Amino acid sequence: MTDNRNNAAPIEVHDLTVAYRKKPVLWDIDFSLPEGQLIGMVGPNGAGKSTLIKAIMGLLPLSSGFIKIYGKPLEIQRELVGYVPQRESVDWDFPTDALDVVTMGRYGKLSLFGRPSKEDKEIAMDALEKVGLADFAKRQISQLSGGQQQRVFLARALAQDAVIYLMDEPFAGVDAATEKAIIELLGELKNKGKTLLVVHHDLNTVAEYFDWVMLLNLRLIKLGPVQEIFNNENLRTTYGGKLNLLSEMAEKIGKMP
Amino acid sequence: MSPELWVIFTAILAASACALIGAFLVLRQGAMLGDGISHAVLPGLALAFIITSSRDVLPMLIGAGAMGLLTAFLTEFLSRTGRLYRDASLGIVFTVLFSIGVILIAGFAGQIDLDQECVLYGEIAYTPWDTFVVGNTNLGPRAFWVLGVVFIFNIIFISLFFKQLKITSFDPALARTVGISDRLWHYLLTSVVALTVVAAFESVGAILVVAMLTIPGATAFLITRNLQLMLILSVLVGVASALGGYYGATLTNTSIAGFMAVAGGVIFALTLIIRNVIDKTQALSTVSLQKQAITPIN
Amino acid sequence: MDIWDLTVRFFSMTDANVRYVVAGSVLLGGIAGAFGTFAFLQRRSLIGDAIAHATLPGVGFAFLILGRKELHWLLLGAAISGWAGALAIDAITRHSRLKLDAALGIVLSAFFGLGIVILTYIQKTGAGAQSGLDKFLFGQAAAIGRQDVIVLAVIGAIMVTVLLSLFAKLKIMTFDAGFAASAGLNTGLLQFVLTTMLVVTVTVGLQAVGVVLMAAILIIPAAAARQWTDNLKIMLVLSALFGMISGVTGAYISFLKPHFPTGPWIVVSASLIFIFSIMFATKRGIVVRLVRQLKNRRKMTEDHVLKVLFKAGMDSRNWRALYPPLHISQLWSFGAAELKRGLKRLVSRGELEKEGGMYRLTENGVSSGARVTRLHRLWEVYLERHLELPPDHLHRDAEEMEHIITPEVEKRLEEMLGHPVLDPHHQEIPYFDKAKS
Repeated sequence: MTDNRNNAAPIEVHDLTVAYRKKPVLWDIDFSLPEGQLIGMVGPNGAGKSTLIKAIMGLLPLSSGFIKIYGKPLEIQRELVGYVPQRESVDWDFPTDALDVVTMGRYGKLSLFGRPSKEDKEIAMDALEKVGLADFAKRQISQLSGGQQQRVFLARALAQDAVIYLMDEPFAGVDAATEKAIIELLGELKNKGKTLLVVHHDLNTVAEYFDWVMLLNLRLIKLGPVQEIFNNENLRTTYGGKLNLLSEMAEKIGKMP
Repeated sequence: MSPELWVIFTAILAASACALIGAFLVLRQGAMLGDGISHAVLPGLALAFIITSSRDVLPMLIGAGAMGLLTAFLTEFLSRTGRLYRDASLGIVFTVLFSIGVILIAGFAGQIDLDQECVLYGEIAYTPWDTFVVGNTNLGPRAFWVLGVVFIFNIIFISLFFKQLKITSFDPALARTVGISDRLWHYLLTSVVALTVVAAFESVGAILVVAMLTIPGATAFLITRNLQLMLILSVLVGVASALGGYYGATLTNTSIAGFMAVAGGVIFALTLIIRNVIDKTQALSTVSLQKQAITPIN
Repeated sequence: MDIWDLTVRFFSMTDANVRYVVAGSVLLGGIAGAFGTFAFLQRRSLIGDAIAHATLPGVGFAFLILGRKELHWLLLGAAISGWAGALAIDAITRHSRLKLDAALGIVLSAFFGLGIVILTYIQKTGAGAQSGLDKFLFGQAAAIGRQDVIVLAVIGAIMVTVLLSLFAKLKIMTFDAGFAASAGLNTGLLQFVLTTMLVVTVTVGLQAVGVVLMAAILIIPAAAARQWTDNLKIMLVLSALFGMISGVTGAYISFLKPHFPTGPWIVVSASLIFIFSIMFATKRGIVVRLVRQLKNRRKMTEDHVLKVLFKAGMDSRNWRALYPPLHISQLWSFGAAELKRGLKRLVSRGELEKEGGMYRLTENGVSSGARVTRLHRLWEVYLERHLELPPDHLHRDAEEMEHIITPEVEKRLEEMLGHPVLDPHHQEIPYFDKAKS
């Protein structure tokens, strides 16, 4: 796996524009992420945070630009990237248990007809243990609490055994203790040299949780170490007005035939 | 075998084949897509009849399969370009295709061995007289063999691709990120549903196919939280509906397929009631327990 | 009689029976079209389908109890069992983890199965052979008589009265039930009214459209009307109109060919209206959108021609120099045919003059060229100052924006940026066309 990593940045995004029904939601985004950092992504609602994550994961069509994972397109680097979607993105009434969901993280490594091996199940079990849910392995997923479901998703990403992790609001709807546990786990991953990009909502904890921060609002406002760029001025640019004209024009483009 | 037994076995096979693949439709919130496909295959069948002037299985499968896929594609297309909600798009596509099918049948009545009633509720009672003859041996009803092959095909399809069907049903986004195309599997499943629908069509008709696609899977979903078990239970509920339907219909001298749907509905309703009673009593007894057992973190 | 004679007979309506059929199908189509709109907008179209299928056992039961075919009793039975179907759907989604679509599939097929069981029972007991109940499956408009029209008219009048008196509330409810609740409306009652309307609509449509295709007459006219307007009132009227046209067309065809059921023809004619709407509707139509796209592309070509000629003028300080087309095409990567047509349009609009096969800007053309250039460069300044984009990122964006910025946005840009003189690439931003005008 490490052969694929060479010297390029873990994620390089170039000239990225993404539009829903022609209305741009991400505008000309350009950045390279540093390796081995825990990076928070911050911005107001509708700023395009989830969209950026989904675009990197190849879940959305791009209007322009390209994305490279360690210098190569995502299609050949899929195994390097683990994904934690928002909890609401799936139906938790699906008839399956926690261990099975985590095992799905291994499916990308199986052949067309392949079934998860004993080893895959052990890896999944390990991942559950790491998020503190070993006792819940056989629990039906609808019977887990919101925080536990979030941790199941985290465990699934761990089971993917990736080097880059993209996480869409992993702290949404979890209690304080779970949040602590999750952030500790992310720290461990970082110490193993993994790169993590995490959508985050709470501005108060940004400095405590993350090394780097990405400020996003339709366009990339700033990306850099927290101490350097996480200040009031940049936050005002991110959350404040000034961009009315750009959003208006984006709206206009959306209405074009 | 006696004609009665042939009818019973044909009914069981139709119900089982539908129940198995229908369980996935229930899980993917695609029950109404199943409804749409079961209507939309009609013009495909009618055209196959008109063009080949025979009831060969292959042209029928091709015609119906094409219509099934067309329904899925057109629904996608309309909900994007016409800016309609998905349910409205589906409603438009299948009713229009079905209307064309009915008009074709009425217009070419002489050439098509299908009538309007049969389209809706099948003619399973007549299956024993449409037999499958190889050389000089009479192998029994054609419908029995067609449905048998489809049932076995469905079992193989689901066991070979269980992981793809499961992951794309549960979390299509994750599926795509690990390189399993949710779209591809959606259309593959759609095709298998169309195949199953065509095979069951002559026996139970368009609308009662929906009963067999939806009710057993939904009933099994109420009983178990395990996917494999759900599939098995779904088939069992299908078999029970078939038996209940057959005996109920013989007793009252009414439509077998109609009674199969009624039997399925009754089984479902009973299951729903029992489930709710169990859940309520459990909830009462666990409220006190839950207060003690606060789940530890890490 | 040949088709022509039948057609004359149908549309002249000298025959009383024909009058009833036409009046009946107009009423049916209109009611279904109008009230289907609410289901369509509430994303409950397929609920209408399930309710329609659920009416069948009611029809059968009513016949069994009554022993004869009297339309209003059959319809009452249909309405009751349709309501039962709606309640069953609600009960399933409320008391289990099953989703709406599964509930629809279950109710639709189980109720329909029961209906078929009763119908076959009636048929085999002998009494039903002449019952004509099977006409409820696919509809038979030709069977509409005087009494039916009266029943339909009364029901239609009641429904329209309810609609008019509750219009504002139903509108809010359809648009945003959550908001309706927070605004203190009795959403339970309103939803009850909407569901009842749906049940009644389905019931009155049974005779002409039939159980099986009822969903179509609820959805298709509304979907077609949606293409033309964003206004609920207009949409209701249009949808009702489309429903009426489809209803009459269906009745007409089944009058010509009595062995065809009416329902499928109603659906097919409604779908033709829908296809026409989706192609040609004034706002959303595919053709209209294509035309607008073409216009946009033309405007872009024209803007580019004006811009490059203006720039050449700026460089040489000679705005009125003549250029051969070949030279122009080298200033910008124009396609040959595209450029030729663009030049022709510009000449006819008086922005260019043609002389001996060469072109030059007129005074108007200079102004327009200045404007496009100014918009481009203003946008670059905006991007640089407010979005802090690096210089090599400015051009491509501005290339798109120069065609879109309206005079109003332009004014705001100028004020916000303080009428800048130079763009980020240190090129002059031209204002002189404004000074003149």
